[in-house]
Amino acid sequence: MKYSYYPGCTLRTKAKALDAYARVSAKALGFELEEIENWQCCGGVYPLGSDEIATKLSSVRALNEAREKGQDLVTLCSACHHVIKRVNDDMKNVEDIRTRANHYMQLEEPYAGETTVLHFLEVLRDRVGFEQLKEKVVHPLVGKKIGAYYGCLLLRPGKIMAFDNPENPSIIEDFIRAIGAEPVIYPYRNECCGGYISLKEKEMSSNMCQNIMESAKGFGAEMLITACPLCLYNLNKSTCDGLPVYYFTELLAEALGVKEEAEMEVAKL
Amino acid sequence: MKDQKKQAELIKEISGVNPLKCMKCGKCSATCPSYNEMDIKPHQFVSYVVNEDIESLVNSKSLWKCLSCFACVERCPRDVKPGKLIDAARQLVVRQKGQTYLSPDEIPELLDPELPQQLLVSAFRRYRR
Repeated sequence: MKYSYYPGCTLRTKAKALDAYARVSAKALGFELEEIENWQCCGGVYPLGSDEIATKLSSVRALNEAREKGQDLVTLCSACHHVIKRVNDDMKNVEDIRTRANHYMQLEEPYAGETTVLHFLEVLRDRVGFEQLKEKVVHPLVGKKIGAYYGCLLLRPGKIMAFDNPENPSIIEDFIRAIGAEPVIYPYRNECCGGYISLKEKEMSSNMCQNIMESAKGFGAEMLITACPLCLYNLNKSTCDGLPVYYFTELLAEALGVKEEAEMEVAKL
Repeated sequence: MKDQKKQAELIKEISGVNPLKCMKCGKCSATCPSYNEMDIKPHQFVSYVVNEDIESLVNSKSLWKCLSCFACVERCPRDVKPGKLIDAARQLVVRQKGQTYLSPDEIPELLDPELPQQLLVSAFRRYRR
């Protein structure tokens, strides 16, 4: 099975490992991520103004590329996923945006939200299946107590993201079980890490991350996993002696026995 | 900023929000992770638009404290989307020539070796045009 793949700016720079672990794991699980040619940065945050068109075009181009290949579009970074999924919803359901964006695009066939956007975790849950994943695990992470850190962007707004229950999600916990570890459920797992506020107001973000860390520690987590490079950065920058934070794909690669292969890939990049 | 009525209409148009739907339950403010840092709280923001006091909104430091985490949007029982109103007020500011909360000149001293590119592009998109 081949999917179109949108890595995004950070996965080609500071978060190369997030990408390499995912691609190598995908191969081990029997699917392939085919990178979209000449993709452009999604902008990192979804443009909220209903009159914003030009800022959505990079997403529309990626969505259209996937449509032309007849493939579903897979994302990995939470921010890219959020932006592309919401722009796709606009193209499907908001006539004004669809019309005006297509004026820029000048496609033979106007784009109207036909592409299915899947986060890598959704591919694991809905296409591979966590039961099948479990069968492919060669190094189960037995005894590890792992807290899922969802953050905001994968879950909210729940009606558009349609990723999981936005207040009581379970997809990452189910993933943790599939790789043989023990999920730790803690109250702050879907609270914000501060996002872009950490550029200019580091203390605000640091306070928020400390709350998340203390909540996770209090419930017995030994480590956190995330899909978002910015969440990982903010959590690591919180000043208290926090838990280690990993990309979920690193643990996936470890469980599938392909971690070293992925690390050789990173070294090459 | 003059003509507050026009500005209020513009905020409603950019955000697509009808602030009259608000029933003032305060859930948006209760759930906002930036509540303590805001001078005008999310539920008050909605009232300011209804009362057409836009001068106060565009000068509010709340514009730069909102994280776009969508907690208020998700949890509003009336689907008012306070976060979209705040962004529309922010747009009124940054869409004016010379108005910005982040200048490229500030960037070098804000960088550190781990800082992800995603943080820079996100901040640029929210804080300036």
